[in-house]
Amino acid sequence: MPDSTRRRAIKHRFLRLLPVVPSILLLALFFLAPVAWSFGASFTDAALTGKAALHPQWVGVDNYARMLGDAVFPLSAWLTVVFVGASAILGQNLLGLAIAVLMGKAGGTMNSFVGTAVVAAWVLPEIVAAFAAYAYFSQDGTLNQVLGMFGVHGANWLYALPMATIILANIWRGTAFSMLVYRAALSEVPRDVSEAALMDGARGWQRLAYITLPIIRGSIATNLMLITLQTLAVFTLIWVMTAGGPSNASTTLPVLAYQEAFKLGDIGYGTAIASVLILIGLVFGAAYVRLLRGEKQ
Amino acid sequence: MRRRARMGAALFGVLALLASAACSSQPQTNEKQTIKVVYQKTDSFTALDKVFKDAKQEFEAANAGVTVDLQPIQANDDDYGTKLALAQRSPDTAPDVFYEDTFKVRSDVDAGYLLKLDDKLATWSDWSTFNEGAKAAGRGDDGGIYAVPLGTDTRAIWYNKTVLQKAGIPVPWQPKTWDDILSAARKMKAADPSLVPFNMYAGKATGEGTVMQGFYELLYGTGNSLYSESDKKWVLGSKGFIDSLQFLKTLYDEKLAVDPADALDSNVWKKVFGEWLPQGKMGATVEGSYAPSFWQKGGAYEWPGYAQDMGVAMFPTQFGQDPGGVSMSGGWTLAVGAKSKNADLAFKFLTTALSKKNALAFDVDNSQIAVRTDVASDPGYQAANPFVKDVSNLVDVTHFRPATADYPSISLAVQEATEAVITGKRSPAEAAADYDASVRKLVGDAKVIQK
Repeated sequence: MPDSTRRRAIKHRFLRLLPVVPSILLLALFFLAPVAWSFGASFTDAALTGKAALHPQWVGVDNYARMLGDAVFPLSAWLTVVFVGASAILGQNLLGLAIAVLMGKAGGTMNSFVGTAVVAAWVLPEIVAAFAAYAYFSQDGTLNQVLGMFGVHGANWLYALPMATIILANIWRGTAFSMLVYRAALSEVPRDVSEAALMDGARGWQRLAYITLPIIRGSIATNLMLITLQTLAVFTLIWVMTAGGPSNASTTLPVLAYQEAFKLGDIGYGTAIASVLILIGLVFGAAYVRLLRGEKQ
Repeated sequence: MRRRARMGAALFGVLALLASAACSSQPQTNEKQTIKVVYQKTDSFTALDKVFKDAKQEFEAANAGVTVDLQPIQANDDDYGTKLALAQRSPDTAPDVFYEDTFKVRSDVDAGYLLKLDDKLATWSDWSTFNEGAKAAGRGDDGGIYAVPLGTDTRAIWYNKTVLQKAGIPVPWQPKTWDDILSAARKMKAADPSLVPFNMYAGKATGEGTVMQGFYELLYGTGNSLYSESDKKWVLGSKGFIDSLQFLKTLYDEKLAVDPADALDSNVWKKVFGEWLPQGKMGATVEGSYAPSFWQKGGAYEWPGYAQDMGVAMFPTQFGQDPGGVSMSGGWTLAVGAKSKNADLAFKFLTTALSKKNALAFDVDNSQIAVRTDVASDPGYQAANPFVKDVSNLVDVTHFRPATADYPSISLAVQEATEAVITGKRSPAEAAADYDASVRKLVGDAKVIQK
């Protein structure tokens, strides 16, 4: 009876799919739907107020064309790349790796102390971490008080060096994640391989560069992908610390999208910027996926 | 491939499920009627909250079975406007009665958020006590009235008499030209270099405060304006615009105003009201007629000595040309939501909240300039603070913002120009050229006029 076998197979398949239905449903509702809505809105002149709020018009690619002539958009795209490059790819990634390697050599007490200190910043909710960073860098903040004890009169960091402060704050906040990923990855490196290298006379840094790093390449790519996407989306930290200022000197794309959509009520343009941000995320994502694939071959 | 098809089928099933779920939600039928009221409340602005709480009690007692649901939004002016607009996008979240800034009335009428009140106002006898100028604040482009004003305000120079006297400047002080302001400020700086002699807001952080209590007092005193009401076009390339930026540059470069870093902190006004003026660390600032509401008893920064120590002066025109002074007016209104299911009841609540008793309480608590003639002549209003008469007289020289839908983005372009100048990024002429370029981009060449 091939028919009943087929029916049973279909039923079986359906039953197997059943457990994932709720998660697909939730993903579609809370993730795909807003993205699709936002992408659709980026081709209209949707607004918070005025005639366009009542009857949004289809304007084609006008919003995207406007970016080309906008003085702030290129600056903002560049600042986003700088922010991601400096705070995630260099800062969090390298510092996380360095701490993980050093922890592998240090003793238990030292490890738990460093581990706790680093993870503490990561455990904080973003808004709390942002206020902490603001309190640290602001004019009368912790940093300037400490400098004052040594007789140094510190600058108003958030105003004088806005990009540097938000980059440092994001490194502080995000390094724990990379550290945890690399700690796990390093513990998977087979002992006999590095011991063999040691026997062959490889120095510490040589073992790291030629043995350890190639082995954990997969973890590096995964980690880079996750922290890049996370950092691209950072908003609260920047908004609380500098609000994108002064004079747009720290306006990354998420901040710009928020300003356009909600401060100026131009939802069409705001969502267009957000769509570009998604696109940048996809490009980074695709690059890392290639890196991962290259490793498997 | 088959696997993908299966996933697609599953996804489609999910979406179909969602769609059917969305369709099956039924409108709620409620025996009890509820009026949803949305308004702003901050740690330093509780006057309206008090009025609405009183009005709620009064209204619920008079109308059995009606619940007034007060939903204060804790946010600054900018964020309040955003949250209100977001709530109005859906009938489920749109309020029945809400607090609305006068300069947003017209664009929100265009957006279909406000209910036309003409028929209802005709039946409300108190409407005739509102003065004509104030009634215009709630008028839409079609001539209908969409919002009822709570009060209005003006802007003036608030100065600390003791600080001026220490620098040898006689009080009462009334500068006649911009140069008078600069020379007085330089005298104060010379007498005490740690002082902030004369502050005007600038930069994007203070939002509308930058233009209302700063740039427009300058611009409208040069003979130029932001918008030509007769041509319905934005004015570009005016000398007044550059001169105004130059004045700000002088103030900030000579350290007569606050440090640029402080100016770009959105909380700077709290320091002006709460610390610098009361502690005698600031000579003068340009602020609204509502300034006493912060210092009077129950205010956010109580300061018993303000009535003796503070003085108020009209902001002068550039060279003292007619009419000799400049002020800016805004103010807030109450409106009924266009999507309200209980519009009649909502309007009835609005009239309760704006009754003589409640309007008087609000105008006194929040140091507003009364718009009801019966409130204006009330002795309790006139005695509210020593400055009521001075700031009310400024109505003669006051200006209103162009209440067009694109105004908020133009205002931001002005704020950006001031920020670029006080931080030294652009010269006044360059910043003015940037402004012209962004306005052209925002509204198009057809809606600008070169002066």
